[in-house]
Amino acid sequence: MTPRTPGAELPEHPDWLWHSPEPKKSYDVVIVGGGGHGLATAYYLAVNHGITNVAVLEGGWLAGGNMARNTTIIRSNYLWDESAGLYEHSLKLWEGLEEALDYPLLFSQRGVLNLAHSLQEVRDSVRRVEANKLNGVDAEWLDPAQVAEICPILNTSEDLRYPVMGATWQPRAGIAKHDHVAWGFARELDRMGVDLVQNCQVTGFERVGDRVVGVTTTRGAIRAGKVALAAAGQTSVLADELGLRLPIQSHPLQALVSELLEPVHPTVVMSNAVHVYVSQAHKGELVLGAGIDSYNSYGQRGAFHTIEREMTAAVELFPMFSRAHVLRTWAGVVDVTPDASAIMGLTPFDGLYVNCGWGTGGFKATPGVGWCYAHTIAHDEPHPLNAPFGLDRFTTGALVDEHGAAGVAH
Amino acid sequence: MLLIPCPWCGPRNEIEFHYGGQADVSYPEDPDSVSDVDWAHFLFYRDNPKGVLAERWSHQAGCRRWFTLRRNTVTNEIHVDDDASEAGAVTR
Repeated sequence: MTPRTPGAELPEHPDWLWHSPEPKKSYDVVIVGGGGHGLATAYYLAVNHGITNVAVLEGGWLAGGNMARNTTIIRSNYLWDESAGLYEHSLKLWEGLEEALDYPLLFSQRGVLNLAHSLQEVRDSVRRVEANKLNGVDAEWLDPAQVAEICPILNTSEDLRYPVMGATWQPRAGIAKHDHVAWGFARELDRMGVDLVQNCQVTGFERVGDRVVGVTTTRGAIRAGKVALAAAGQTSVLADELGLRLPIQSHPLQALVSELLEPVHPTVVMSNAVHVYVSQAHKGELVLGAGIDSYNSYGQRGAFHTIEREMTAAVELFPMFSRAHVLRTWAGVVDVTPDASAIMGLTPFDGLYVNCGWGTGGFKATPGVGWCYAHTIAHDEPHPLNAPFGLDRFTTGALVDEHGAAGVAH
Repeated sequence: MLLIPCPWCGPRNEIEFHYGGQADVSYPEDPDSVSDVDWAHFLFYRDNPKGVLAERWSHQAGCRRWFTLRRNTVTNEIHVDDDASEAGAVTR
């Protein structure tokens, strides 16, 4: 890491980056949810399809939900072809996003190590590396000595209860500054005439037969040619208004940050077995996450024992972390599917599109989701990259079972 | 952290329990006549309310028995004043 002047790359304050218009009576497309996915979808609707008569409705404040609560990890080393296609498309978009938005996203391709702690994990990991290579995703298998070279602060001794037996390595993976990503999209959308409406909670839908023709909100009814859901953990609550049942369960996913520290952690490290993932933010906080809390919850907090287990794993893998102080903990509400893959596509209602079920992994997919979802909305059919992620897969059985590569227990 | 009232052991810390998801999901009466759509719903679809959910818990570190309780998914308030939390309620 080269030293930076503190604050040098910080952008303008968000208040000046977009307006807060009153919602109009009608739009071509209404996007429900002003997080990363909603913003990116509006962006690619405009850029790729020329559709700008669009409103992004946000119940709270822009990008204040899961977009403000995730651990900002970006990678595309998933197992199955379907996932690799979607996440790798997203990673390629990340690689050009700062230029496209002309905004500093602090996108840093510092690589990700996914650790293996048992012989079976080693075999599964090597299999995933080979699957990644076949899909054009950069991936290597590293032995413990090579892991130690990349991340010297990691405890690669054999004395651990679950020693590091190697790791997969994706050099192009990394992190980005989540707030900046949202602000960059929002500034550009504002320039293009898209309405970003905050404090506008969607309470229901207006229908003509099986066609959705608008939404009811806390700021009045809004007609829409098309309505696209991008509301993450709240999606079931919205879909319930239509009697539309979705195979998702909402859980709290907790994250935490340490105080600001000198640059000590050069990459991203994830471990499925002992279950922690950690990177160091640009300012210096260690950003840590683990698995979801087991039970359903819409409260944006979880139980302390989940944090305790995560910290136990972190301190064993990174002994120097034992002296770091936790500054803040929080939770997002994530929507988990039975096969740990997202749902993106059409619904049984004309004019209604669904994007949900990203569980613990939505941030990395942000630009890819925007690209594919915009296509789905504009053409009334899924983009080839999101076609395998339709709702019908739960009936046909063509699941995209990514529990192994999702990286988080759920 | 939840304080969960095991019907047999009394209130215990959440870490002693295993969560089993929505309660009262019945196995189809006649499996041979179930359509693909209905199988999908039995296997993969569960209620996900913002409010009270009847759910299964197992007292893994205690008596190891399963029971049903009703919990508010927003406030975590557990309702023990109704039949659902009785020891005998078992899902087939």
